Amino acid sequence: MTDIQKKTEIETVLKSVDDPELPGVSVVDLGMVHGVDTDNQKVFISMIPTFAGCPALDIIEKNVREAVETVEWVEHCDVSFSFRQKWSTEAITEEGKKQLKKHGIAPPPKNYKPGEEWSVNCPYCDSPYTSMDNVFGPTACRSILYCRSCKNPFEAMKPVINYEKGVVQ
Amino acid sequence: MTVIKTADEAKQDRAYLQSLTELLYQLADDDFIISFRGSEWLGLAPHIEEDVSFSSITQNTMGHAVLYYQLLEELGEGEADILAHDRSSEKRRNAVYLEKKNGEGDYIEEPYYDWALTVIRQYLYETFKKVKLEALLQSSYVPLADTAQKVLMEQTYHLAHWKTWVRQLQDSTDEAKSRLQFRIEEAWDEFLDVLELGPEAKEMEKHQLIVSEEELQQQWLADVKDTLTYIPDKPLQKTNGSGRNGEHTEDLTQALNTLNEVYEMDKNAVW
Repeated sequence: MTDIQKKTEIETVLKSVDDPELPGVSVVDLGMVHGVDTDNQKVFISMIPTFAGCPALDIIEKNVREAVETVEWVEHCDVSFSFRQKWSTEAITEEGKKQLKKHGIAPPPKNYKPGEEWSVNCPYCDSPYTSMDNVFGPTACRSILYCRSCKNPFEAMKPVINYEKGVVQ
Repeated sequence: MTVIKTADEAKQDRAYLQSLTELLYQLADDDFIISFRGSEWLGLAPHIEEDVSFSSITQNTMGHAVLYYQLLEELGEGEADILAHDRSSEKRRNAVYLEKKNGEGDYIEEPYYDWALTVIRQYLYETFKKVKLEALLQSSYVPLADTAQKVLMEQTYHLAHWKTWVRQLQDSTDEAKSRLQFRIEEAWDEFLDVLELGPEAKEMEKHQLIVSEEELQQQWLADVKDTLTYIPDKPLQKTNGSGRNGEHTEDLTQALNTLNEVYEMDKNAVW
């Protein structure tokens, strides 16, 4: 098996590892996987943490390691988080956005600038007639909103993108 | 500017390492203690939405403290968990104003906490945190500049939250205004060590870890004047001493004792 084949196999496995709170939304689709390297029977996965202090990170690390170590030729898998790469909500894939909606979570708004107002459509009925109940939600990465059209409460991924100095807030 | 990319490189220069660790302890301990005071509002905040918001901010801010403790761990200062839990108060570098109790009483029994103190403290602190982090984006220590970028992406929401509270309350009833004014007056007497970088300030600037205290303070004051409608007509002071020199009050001892209660029962417990 070539290195490229090995990497492809591992990448496929990673697509089956979901966020512990969001079954069906993989860590790949959330944009958390930065790189996969192999060295004979060893695999090295570098991951991008979402919010600092997110208690799910330890669980994700364990789930990734265990999933990769089920692959027959893998003897050892090392998972590391690096803050050199910044996670932003722009890293969420189209598939990820689709899966998030199934959980009643609106994907983050596009072209967001830090400090600016933002709005998202309802994940159930796609209406733009929504209001923000609380920018802070049940986890650091989510906000709580309400759809005035279909009268459903829902959540949205809070937009976070690279910070540029001097942006008015 | 000499750019230092790794912990190993930083360890080559003793003077640089000393300034860097001092700065990191200040950043870590400030976020750590203000998170603790924030956590003491759990279940007590003025309304349910605020309880959700404040606890989210607090958890996130504690996460920021962890990032700095991890940078210290990489520099050979010891394990992050031990740096957070097992350092006596004289080794702590957080500013004294941040350790101040939330009000009268205590969390378990009759917590007569003061929301005006919390709103003013959080607002003044988050405003300064942003100024400091923006300066750190240019830090000669690359892992710190990277961390600052990460924290800024999240902290924007915290500052916006406290700014909203300040704006609404100072535009509200006479009681709200006078309660805020009382806490602003108090902050002017006690806030100065938050704005300071301690005995290594000049060295930190020389090593281009961060800009000068004067520059940070000017920017902070300009930002605060943009939002607060009441600014005391007196110089800023640090009447309870300087936490940057390891001077602290009984309030920090109380905080650490509460925080460490479980840890002290069995230091070797594995979680």
